[in-house]
Amino acid sequence: MIDLGSFLAMGGYAAYVWPAYGAGVVILAAVWFDGLRRRRAVERALQAVAQSRENDA
Amino acid sequence: MHRFANPGRFLRLANRIQPWLKALTALGFLLGLYLALIGSPPDYQQGETVRIMYIHVPSAWMALLAYLILGLASASALIWRHPLADIAAEAISPIGAAFTLLALITGSLWGKPMWGTYWVWDARLTSFLLLFFLYLGHMALLGAFDDRGRGQRSAAVLALVGLINLPIIKYSVDWWNTLHQPASIARMDGPSIDPSMLWPLFTMAAAFHVFLLAVLIERMRTLLLEAKLRNQRLAAFDRVQTEPF
Amino acid sequence: MKRKTLRLYLVLISLGLLGTATALVLNAFDRELVFFFSPSEIAAEQPAPGRIIRLGGLVETGSVTKLGDGATFSFRITDLKASTSIAYRGVLPDLFREGQGVVVQGTFNESGNFVASEVLAKHDENYLPPEVAKALKASGRWQEGAGTAASPAIVPGASSDTGGEGNSP
Repeated sequence: MIDLGSFLAMGGYAAYVWPAYGAGVVILAAVWFDGLRRRRAVERALQAVAQSRENDA
Repeated sequence: MHRFANPGRFLRLANRIQPWLKALTALGFLLGLYLALIGSPPDYQQGETVRIMYIHVPSAWMALLAYLILGLASASALIWRHPLADIAAEAISPIGAAFTLLALITGSLWGKPMWGTYWVWDARLTSFLLLFFLYLGHMALLGAFDDRGRGQRSAAVLALVGLINLPIIKYSVDWWNTLHQPASIARMDGPSIDPSMLWPLFTMAAAFHVFLLAVLIERMRTLLLEAKLRNQRLAAFDRVQTEPF
Repeated sequence: MKRKTLRLYLVLISLGLLGTATALVLNAFDRELVFFFSPSEIAAEQPAPGRIIRLGGLVETGSVTKLGDGATFSFRITDLKASTSIAYRGVLPDLFREGQGVVVQGTFNESGNFVASEVLAKHDENYLPPEVAKALKASGRWQEGAGTAASPAIVPGASSDTGGEGNSP
């Protein structure tokens, strides 16, 4: 089994390895969720337009 | 080719494959992270810092692939005026910019302990920074005009001009002496990376590819829907204008 | 000719012209784009004292010594044809070892010695687990710098001994 302490220490390079992985998680998550958010926003707006058209009719 | 370039057909296809792509992305990153952090050995020279490679190298590859997609989409938008090409170009450039930024950050965090510096102005690093600015320039130009078509055309021209940077990035380590080392994978005599590190790298690269495809399709879908929304609002506006009170 | 075809040729011709122009510019600036000089280039054309230059090559095996004050290092950089001796006061990067590629930045002083203000380690393109590297060396199948003479100034891993066994714990 791996020892958690030495795994986290990354052979003394924890200060470089973990921020690199952290940057990866943050940037990829930002791209992913920004895409989701924008799609949901436009879908809501389309629904609102459809609704108002129904109300007009 | 044009069969898939139809926006309606694209949307139907995208809706069908999107859940699979998302599941594959999650699976790929799970396996990739396990191999990168636990299931692979340290390097004989670089120790544990070699694990930064499993993020740095795939994101640099994706940054280049995204620019290639941007270049091809821009060329077909300028030549064949296909609306889906403009949408692909607009969708890919923020993704490419994010990968470029990630490659720059991770490279910097790898460079400090190994080379002894976060940054040097050698040909590889400088041309890669230029790639980041090309993406930013493309995004800025798209939004710089009131007329969307003009913005798209000028952004496409910039993207094509920037294509010249791709071979410069690729061959910078061979043409000039740089601090960055030469290629390890794309070599005439096969990769110079041990299989125990090559497979984690390829797994991560596969996960990055699927991720890129998934977010690209998501963004293209959004942009198509936004175009539809603009048309509907325009139509509603026209109705209001022409309807008698 | 159809408009589409015309636009296609226009784009292709523009890209061709742009590529040629870039190639010409890069060729003209070739010397400026070089990140560092090799000891042979320095030997052929000694730079003026006080001019900041970068010098790259392999750390000559057995040449690294620590001077009396404990913080100043002296070593020789070689490209296997010529070598230059370097004095450096400061912290060396983790990858710095004998036989490994380095790039130093600094100036020649009046007496012709190179005083470095910065030492950067250059990594080669080989990635191996420590056990595999050890086994390769033990079995004599350790191929130094096989097919790696891509950059002329540095011959990666070309020395007979690459020093330490890595800095893994």
